[in-house]
Amino acid sequence: MSPDADAHDRHRRLSPAPVLDLDPLIDDPGTRIVVCCGSGGVGKTTTAAALGLRAAERGRKVVVLTIDPARRLAQSMGIDSLDNVPRRVKGLDDSASGELHAMMLDMKRTFDEIVEAHADAERAATILNNPFYQSLSAGFAGTQEYMAMEKLGQLRARDEWDLIVVDTPPSRSALDFLDAPKRLGSFLDGRLIRLLTAPAKLGGRAGMKFLNVGMSMMTGTLGKLLGGQLLKDVQTFVAAMDTTFGGFRTRADATYKLLQAPGTAFLVVAAPERDALREAAYFVERLAAEDMPLAGLVLNRVHGSGADRLSAERALAAAENLEAVENLEEPRIVDQEGGKAGLRNSPDTYGSSESPASEAPAPDEGSPADPKNPSSERTEKGRSADPADRSVDQLTAGLLRLHADRMQLLSREQRTRDRFTALHPEVAVAEVAALPGDVHDLAGLRNIGNRLAAGRPELPEAAVD
Amino acid sequence: MSRLQVVSGKGGTGKTTVAAALALALATEGKRTLLVEVEGRQGIAQLFETEALPYEERKIAVAPGGGEVYALAIDPELALLDYLQMFYKLGGAGRALKKLGAIDFATTIAPGLRDVLLTGKACEAVRRKDKSGRFAYDYVVMDAPPTGRITRFLNVNDEVAGLAKIGPIHNQAQAVMRVLKSKETAVHLVTLLEEMPVQETADGIAELRAAHLPVGRIVVNMVRPEVLDGADLELVRTTQRSAVAKALSSAGLGGARRGGNAEKLVDPLIRQAEEYAERYDLEHEQRSALGELGLPLHELPLLTEGMDLAGLYELATELRKQGMS
Repeated sequence: MSPDADAHDRHRRLSPAPVLDLDPLIDDPGTRIVVCCGSGGVGKTTTAAALGLRAAERGRKVVVLTIDPARRLAQSMGIDSLDNVPRRVKGLDDSASGELHAMMLDMKRTFDEIVEAHADAERAATILNNPFYQSLSAGFAGTQEYMAMEKLGQLRARDEWDLIVVDTPPSRSALDFLDAPKRLGSFLDGRLIRLLTAPAKLGGRAGMKFLNVGMSMMTGTLGKLLGGQLLKDVQTFVAAMDTTFGGFRTRADATYKLLQAPGTAFLVVAAPERDALREAAYFVERLAAEDMPLAGLVLNRVHGSGADRLSAERALAAAENLEAVENLEEPRIVDQEGGKAGLRNSPDTYGSSESPASEAPAPDEGSPADPKNPSSERTEKGRSADPADRSVDQLTAGLLRLHADRMQLLSREQRTRDRFTALHPEVAVAEVAALPGDVHDLAGLRNIGNRLAAGRPELPEAAVD
Repeated sequence: MSRLQVVSGKGGTGKTTVAAALALALATEGKRTLLVEVEGRQGIAQLFETEALPYEERKIAVAPGGGEVYALAIDPELALLDYLQMFYKLGGAGRALKKLGAIDFATTIAPGLRDVLLTGKACEAVRRKDKSGRFAYDYVVMDAPPTGRITRFLNVNDEVAGLAKIGPIHNQAQAVMRVLKSKETAVHLVTLLEEMPVQETADGIAELRAAHLPVGRIVVNMVRPEVLDGADLELVRTTQRSAVAKALSSAGLGGARRGGNAEKLVDPLIRQAEEYAERYDLEHEQRSALGELGLPLHELPLLTEGMDLAGLYELATELRKQGMS
């Protein structure tokens, strides 16, 4: 890429998507639910936790519902015990008199609680001991998603918190999260179940005879396929469920409506990587199709550089220049002119008053003489004579190579983002600068919260032209 | 070399990419491999830059030396109908079942059934022979569900046995388990040199071992090149900024005095080096944590130009060089 193209990239980076301003969203008392969704490995849970902490420290009474947090993140909030109850998080700045509670979803426990809440003790025991129920509740396709939504509904109904931040399960695809509750709900409340449990009733009705035929063929097939005993377990399970609390679909529908309600905001979380942003684009489209309110895109792990005026190509050329000097035993055959000639031909991306090809090194006016390297005064031909200089040259070449890598990463991220922005120019974006390590404590979460609220990666001052 | 190679890993670690590269790597010297996808995401098609894969085995790439890679996106619903047709001649009944929601039930909700269908199809491809008695595929590579679910996914026997104690599903589960727990299978885990994926890898290995599933290798993906080593990073801490400014200036990047262009580069470049140093330490910690797991480790480089078809061949070459195929 030529320096010109690089300058073009920089120009484009300033224009695209509107900035997502998260503080007004979490400060608005009308915002009651924030749902963080996106593909796996993009920092969804961390985003949910950081946002919850920030909202609490800005005065709201918040509960964060996480699904499967990394151990140390959970520990940092004091919720590493799996008891399915919101716990108050300690160590907050509570000067704005907010509170943060956090909980980790235990889907089996949540399912059991629904059963216990809706059935008398005897019936509840029948259901809880049913092998089909035990398998279903321990987490097959859809259960986790369904239970997350169920828990959300419960937390909302308790009305103890004025903001619920919810993380979504690490689904096969982002869309499962919206589909699974309906699917499970419609299965448990649906035609197949009714056929399984009450064939005689249906079959007796005029015009339903064909169903009866279908029915016997089907139970026969299912029996063959699953073994008769499983079918019996399913039938027992469904009968017990059905008579104690019907209307799974009603519950699923209610949760679904809650997601469409005005107090709900969806945040799609992604990283500037092709797959993550492709999933994010699907999610944006899907939310729109379902009339679910999208607040914007949180783009985690965005890289920046305080020296982004120096292109990858120039940094590499300069590094080679330094290394070429270093590799030669005889300083006099340094190919310095040749190296500089190459640079002279390229447009000066600095807009500098100094020519990069200036023959004499600039005098070091501003800084005091280097006490470690008293002999580091360089002359054109003898600059690598000193071993200390050589190691500085080598180090500087390394710094430049590192920078070149960073600039290549930046332009790759930018290309990926441009693709998303071209598809969805209306989606507001909050960028969060990449951190070298993982987050383990409240201070780390607070830091992420600050970055989230800034909406743009915090770049060193040198980046400001 | 196991003939069924299962590739899992935490979300975002690039397991589909590694699975595809492995399928390519195994397909050298006239070998034929089948790359199967079980999660309906069409990740393989996207990677190979082709249109969405149907439920059929289709050649998608040729490997150096005349090898061939076939791909199959297993659709559990179609696999079930296939299965009904194959064993019970129930094509029409299958459609009736579908109308009633039974197929949906069986493939999405019925505990374990979906997984039996998916692993069953892969195992069938492993065992399949042509008329001359030669295996249809030399290797089958599965792009499997993520680490958090892999043991449950592969351990269909336990899941299903408790429910279907007799009947064809039970038998099918038993047959599948015989392949999955044998030396014919190896489960590889893809990770990054980051804390969460490494932790998940360690947990996943423990779970696989507890379930007596054969753990294969660890593939560390997207490894960044080592630009500066420990000694360089020590130098970053001790070197005077003015000396770096001079070196930058001598490389043709402007003036070294305060406010000069070279001098202005020093702080941001040093800051990048400090970030690099922090990551470098973390990566070393994670690498040694992985080393303690006692499995063969492979490392694949981060492709600076992003992932494309050419990159895939590059990774395949790398895997071959490291003896993974």
